[in-house]
Amino acid sequence: MTDVQITIDNKTYAGATQPTIKNFQLSLKANEFVCLVGSSGCGKTTLLNCLSGLDTHYEGDIQVGEQHTTPKIGYIFQNPRLLPWRTVRENIELVLAPNQSPAVIDVLLDFMQLTQSQHEYPERLSVGMNRRVAIIRAFAVNPDLLLMDEPFVSLDPPTARDVRALLLQLWQQRPHTVLFVTHDLREAITLADRLIFLASTPMRVISDIVVPIPRTQRHDETAIESFRQQLLNNYPDIKLLL
Amino acid sequence: MQSNKYLPSLSLLIFLALWQGVASYLHSNTLPTPQVVAVVFWQAIVSGQLPFHLGMTLLRLVVSFSISMLLGCAIGIALGRNKALNAFFDNWLVIFLNVPALVTIILCYVWFGLVEPAAILAVVINKLPNVIVTIREGTRSLDTDLMDMARCYHFSKTKTIRHVILPQLQPFLMGATRSGLALIWKIILVVELLGRSNGMGYQLHLFFQMFDVASILAYTIAFVAVIQLIECFILKPLDKKALRWRR
Repeated sequence: MTDVQITIDNKTYAGATQPTIKNFQLSLKANEFVCLVGSSGCGKTTLLNCLSGLDTHYEGDIQVGEQHTTPKIGYIFQNPRLLPWRTVRENIELVLAPNQSPAVIDVLLDFMQLTQSQHEYPERLSVGMNRRVAIIRAFAVNPDLLLMDEPFVSLDPPTARDVRALLLQLWQQRPHTVLFVTHDLREAITLADRLIFLASTPMRVISDIVVPIPRTQRHDETAIESFRQQLLNNYPDIKLLL
Repeated sequence: MQSNKYLPSLSLLIFLALWQGVASYLHSNTLPTPQVVAVVFWQAIVSGQLPFHLGMTLLRLVVSFSISMLLGCAIGIALGRNKALNAFFDNWLVIFLNVPALVTIILCYVWFGLVEPAAILAVVINKLPNVIVTIREGTRSLDTDLMDMARCYHFSKTKTIRHVILPQLQPFLMGATRSGLALIWKIILVVELLGRSNGMGYQLHLFFQMFDVASILAYTIAFVAVIQLIECFILKPLDKKALRWRR
């Protein structure tokens, strides 16, 4: 099981006058679903890039799972980032480790209702379908840590709701430690075990709140809405973020 | 729009008619009629002369083209991805781009003798800088989002090149191929004319000394036909295959 321990003492971009992230600490328990909520530009994507190993220019230490191993990271980017010249299935096959059985792809495709479209090219499919492919790709590597960077941001609300529901079901079947970035509080409450609110320049944690609504009642819009109101009333800081 | 289908054949017919008209009007040895050229063409094929010399030239084309494309891609990708390397070699590239083809050919023959490797080397040196520049441009325009994705999911080097980089370079590769073929054809003829005892260039040189215009034209037609065949049966299908994923 994978615990994640993040310490970033200082992350300053070359040429920037102020650090983007300073004295930031966060730990995630195994199979915990954590949402980072903050205004855009506060450094959330920077944090994910550090976690995924895309950005190594920071001072600090990130530990995913056991020490001295390269963690497997599933990253669902803001845009799907599929290879347009490979079919849906090929896109997923490409990320599998050499010793991994491709049978996992069939299961995931079936779950996301994409079995019919597996030999199509991404540009011929809808945006929502491309998102689902990106989600499958991230789950297929069986990651130690799953990163999601506002993956539903360009979808229309009904499609976003459907894909979100599918994501939740999939996650409940195959639990992973998830770090999910969003600036939509309602979305965060629907998905997360724990909410982390972030302020910007430099990025820091304002509050760390456990979502008390049980998983079985997350589809209940009124429960979510009332918790949202309660949050906004109890923590005036949060209101300023959104 | 039905008539558009016939326009290419019509234009070809009119071209032949014009040629016939001018040739009959001048009635000179320096401009034979299409009919005479066709007969010479046929005889050259039957005698085996034209296939042999065309074959030699094609062989040199294939060898020098493959070498310059492979080397050019490797160097072009390296320069496009590495700023320091590019800053260092940029001047070299400019020098080689601007040395006249004739100079490299003469120098290669002077330094290495009138031998086959010298001929191939001369062609490669002429073509290589063009490929490098084209592929370097392509590499600079690679999508960083997709490169990040490949890195994040631990794609190996070969996997990244095959599935992420090459498909993006495809239009640049096709461009380098087309301009390369046209350029290499022309340079090979000069190379053969100056220092080889077979091939199209050598033959054309002979015909020039004998003022045999009909043979020159017959060889030219063979030449154009080969290029058209390469375009229709190799390059166009490649284009089509590469574009199948687009909407």
